[in-house]
Amino acid sequence: MELAYYPGCSLEASAKEYNLSALAVSMALGLRLKELDDWACCGATSAHSTNHMLSLALPTRNLAIAQKGGLDIAIPCAACYSRHKKADYVLRHDLQKRAELEDIVNFKFVGNVKVLSLLEAFHSRVGLKAIADKVVKPLTGLKLACYYGCLLVRPPEITGFDNPENPVSLDQIMSAIGAQPVKWSYKTDCCGANLSATSSSTVTPLVSRIINMAVEAGAQAIVTACPLCQLNLEVRRGDCADIPVFYFTELVGLAMDLPGSDKWLVKHFVDPLPLLRSLKLIA
Amino acid sequence: MGFREEVKARSKQPVELCFQCQKCAAGCLIAEHADLYPNQVLRLIQLGEQDRVFNSSMIWMCSGCETCGARCPNGIKISEIMDALKEMAIERGIIKEKKIHLFNDIFLNTVKSHGRIHEAMMMANYKMKSGDLLSDMDLGWKMFLKGKLPIFCRGVRAKDEVKQIFDKCNAG
Ligand code: SF4
Ligand code: SF4
Repeated sequence: MELAYYPGCSLEASAKEYNLSALAVSMALGLRLKELDDWACCGATSAHSTNHMLSLALPTRNLAIAQKGGLDIAIPCAACYSRHKKADYVLRHDLQKRAELEDIVNFKFVGNVKVLSLLEAFHSRVGLKAIADKVVKPLTGLKLACYYGCLLVRPPEITGFDNPENPVSLDQIMSAIGAQPVKWSYKTDCCGANLSATSSSTVTPLVSRIINMAVEAGAQAIVTACPLCQLNLEVRRGDCADIPVFYFTELVGLAMDLPGSDKWLVKHFVDPLPLLRSLKLIA
Repeated sequence: MGFREEVKARSKQPVELCFQCQKCAAGCLIAEHADLYPNQVLRLIQLGEQDRVFNSSMIWMCSGCETCGARCPNGIKISEIMDALKEMAIERGIIKEKKIHLFNDIFLNTVKSHGRIHEAMMMANYKMKSGDLLSDMDLGWKMFLKGKLPIFCRGVRAKDEVKQIFDKCNAG
């Protein structure tokens, strides 16, 4: 199976381990990710906070590139995913804006590609069984709080994936690799990542609450599918509990015993190795 | 066009339907750190109180998390309204949260000139211009040591295409 891949800016820098693990795990699962040629930044929060048309046009340019290739597109960053999904929704539902966007980006929308988050690609295209079949080192004993954050499942009419209040796809993938997802109520609460640089004093209490709730629910670690959540939960936690925050692809890679896992896990600011060693999940 | 009509037209949201059930406020994690709850923003729009709305920190602090919109029984997407309000405030030159606006500006300028974000360059630029030089120095250093702030970064080949998009949108 082949999908176009939009890594987004942070996967080349602060979220390198997400990129490396996503590519390695996908390949091992038989999912070929073909990087979108000459993609540009989607504009993220800054574009939609400043200029509505720009916030649609930037992702539309990437969608136009994907349209040429004809492959559905997988996006690992929840924020990038959200911007592309919104642009795609507008192109499909608002004919006037579609015409404007076609003019700005200089293409004709045909709507032959579907925008997926990488989580959805794993869950719906690869499938739980195929993932479970590849597990050679089940992550037995690892209790995880699966954190989806805001934008993977919202707004529901645009994402059309999983339950917006109590999503389960990540929990199911974690169960498929032998880990133990806990029940908790902060799965989709916002961590404030987009205020992380400008207003860290607002963000720290949001992050500490998420982490403390995960610990209270019995989790030993948090697992995410977003580079902004992951970094924010690691570096803006103030002095609350010291639990690590994984990318889901890293854990799938660990359970598949892929070579290279060791290179991803050392890139974290909150060292996950002691926990993994204590559970005998790594040597 | 009055204030309420302009917000409606730009956001395409049925502002008048809000009946103050406060479901949006109950789920909004940002409101307690800002000066208005989302339902209060809606009420002020209905009342035409544009100065209070434009001068509120909430419209800038809203993280666009879409919790409110997913829960509103009237299908009002409040984050669309918040975005429209920011855009209108910028046009009127009312910038309540200067740091957030500066960050967005630097971010978009980076995209306009390189097509992508170079995190290290952008953060350095933001630090200089905001005067907030010292915070996060050690974080930046740690990121660098972990190879997470590459000095060079792949830009976009078709830079002109991206610039043109900015121009056509009257942005930057
Ligand atoms: S949830 Fe909707 S109807 Fe209820 S107060 Fe908020 S905006 Fe108004
Ligand atoms: S989108 Fe904005 S107003 Fe709505 S819940 Fe999130 S932060 Fe609050």
